[in-house]
Amino acid sequence: MAKEIMTTNRAVAEAVKLAKPQVVPVYPITPQTTISEYLAQFVADGDLDAEYIRVESEHSAISATLGASEAGVRVFTATSSQGLMLMHEILFAAAGMRAPIVMADANRAISAPLNIWNDQQDSIAQRDAGWIQLYVENAQEGFDTILQAYRIAEHEEVMLPVMVCLDGFILTHTVEPVDLLEQAEVDTFLEPYVPKFAYLDPERPMSLGNFADPTYYTEARHDMQVAMDKSMEVIKEVGAEFGEKFGREYGLTESYLCDDAEIILVCMGSMASTVRHVVDQLRAKGEKVGLLKIRSYRPFPFEEIDEITKNAEKLAVLDKNFSFGIGGALFADLKAKCHKETYGFILGLGGRDVIPEYIEEAVELTKNPVKEVTWLGLKEDE
Amino acid sequence: MEFPEEELLAPGHRGCAGCGAAIAVRLALKALGRNTVVACATGCLDVMTSPYPETAWEVPWIHVAFENAGAVASGVERALKAQGKEDVNVVAFGGDGGTADIGIQSLSGAMERGHDITYICYDNEAYMNTGIQRSGATPYGASTTTSPAGNLSFGEDKPKKNMAFIMAAHGIPYVATASISYPEDFMKKVKKAAETKGPAYIHLHQPCTTGWGFKPEQTIQLGRLAVETGAWGLFEIENGEFRVTYRPQERKPVVEYLSAQKRFRHLKEEQINEIQEFVDNQCEELGI
Repeated sequence: MAKEIMTTNRAVAEAVKLAKPQVVPVYPITPQTTISEYLAQFVADGDLDAEYIRVESEHSAISATLGASEAGVRVFTATSSQGLMLMHEILFAAAGMRAPIVMADANRAISAPLNIWNDQQDSIAQRDAGWIQLYVENAQEGFDTILQAYRIAEHEEVMLPVMVCLDGFILTHTVEPVDLLEQAEVDTFLEPYVPKFAYLDPERPMSLGNFADPTYYTEARHDMQVAMDKSMEVIKEVGAEFGEKFGREYGLTESYLCDDAEIILVCMGSMASTVRHVVDQLRAKGEKVGLLKIRSYRPFPFEEIDEITKNAEKLAVLDKNFSFGIGGALFADLKAKCHKETYGFILGLGGRDVIPEYIEEAVELTKNPVKEVTWLGLKEDE
Repeated sequence: MEFPEEELLAPGHRGCAGCGAAIAVRLALKALGRNTVVACATGCLDVMTSPYPETAWEVPWIHVAFENAGAVASGVERALKAQGKEDVNVVAFGGDGGTADIGIQSLSGAMERGHDITYICYDNEAYMNTGIQRSGATPYGASTTTSPAGNLSFGEDKPKKNMAFIMAAHGIPYVATASISYPEDFMKKVKKAAETKGPAYIHLHQPCTTGWGFKPEQTIQLGRLAVETGAWGLFEIENGEFRVTYRPQERKPVVEYLSAQKRFRHLKEEQINEIQEFVDNQCEELGI
């Protein structure tokens, strides 16, 4: 099929349509809303045969999504920022109940101050909920990743929900060419969902979401860790199969000019495009820099990262989020799990542009470090 | 009225001796039968019936959280519909806290959207699972651990939230109040609710031996006293038509109901008179 021009939100909605979820509970929030609107129109036009539930909050969106998933059907929902915060409690329940939900999160800053623009604090704040988190760089990755997310979530040795994270506005509202797939092509990759384990059926009554005392709770949580570890392999397998079938391969990470790089810039999401551009420019000047894009933030592929960064001297980690007193979450994870001299940079908060100059500054401050964590572009006098 | 012998809430659950919530579910499931899926809010009911790896539920059952039984039931109902299983009864159970307080938004949304579900609030008039704290459904004068009677306090100083009327204001096809002490009336209402196309709400008065302070063998008696004194009224609102389903021949003074419970034992004549006046007005309004 020829490429079409569309936003990442549109690409996500097109992928959801092709994945054929049977229940879609959604609640509007900027900048996710157009995903919900496209899906509503698909249902209204008969292009998507799904029960579309216009819930009264994101808390109910994820609750109804979980209820539907446990009743044995494929589901989808989408949210952003404050909405994801409101879902917080149920995100843990969804993962603990091992529901193969796929959800798009349009990454947006969290209030206060109220701000509708992009950073990644919202999904980072959910990192311990037990969801697989995949970050996409562009509209094509958004489309492809939604389809892969169902395969990963529904894999019988995984059975964990997947959050597909798209940078708000930068991706959600920016048009790009996207190579869409035909339904027949997608059907060879993603079969209809058939629940194998726990589901609600009067023919086979079982209790879901039970109370567990100290005798059982630890094991239930440990099972999730086992599944999360297993998902690394599954994410790679599914990404490789997608590549074989459709020519676009995916893994846990993507590296660019890392083999001989002295400094590797590490980041997630749309920022990778800017970093790649800066890497090219610095390479032209003879500087040995590379890019490591983390696609899978949870599970965190530190062994793969260790391998990719083994020849580098230093890591410069770019985070659109922060933890008080620590620095960015990706920085903290790399510092804890990888064995490199690592510097952290906070940038792009609340929609402030990530400009090439900030990336260049990060490289300079990694070469000649002043402190471990630096806020780039900070206006000290305001 | 049929009382099937089959028990769909297995004995051996961990409810207190004399637990009214267990009676509520036992009766409701007798009326509903096996072709039922239950969504349950966090509370006494989920904790006492679902300790892993055991379950007391003979029908499919799901619990997610405290405040979202309405939304979970919404998702279950649509998923069953998507699979062509529209004949399955989808029923949600929530306590008074999970319904009138923390769960009212999710419940309101589910009712307003017209899901084909039955929501049953088992109202024991306080947060019993956490140890008898005041909820929006706690009645005037009741001493709870967060509205205790004391030198400057006679206990809860607000009347009970009227959930049945709040639900009726949603314009849903069926709303009823009931009591576990009137099983035939309750079960008829559950059947009617399940047969109703669209949302139905039943507010079930359910005495709690631990929280109200009476002997376990008096559970049914207390429920009866509430109705016989007019402290609790039995009615239904079917497609907007209001109908009282039980009228005590001669209403007993409310003090008989109050004095049978530890939670009201501190009340002085002044408050008892106030409560009697309140009950008289309520009965006049309802036509009881």
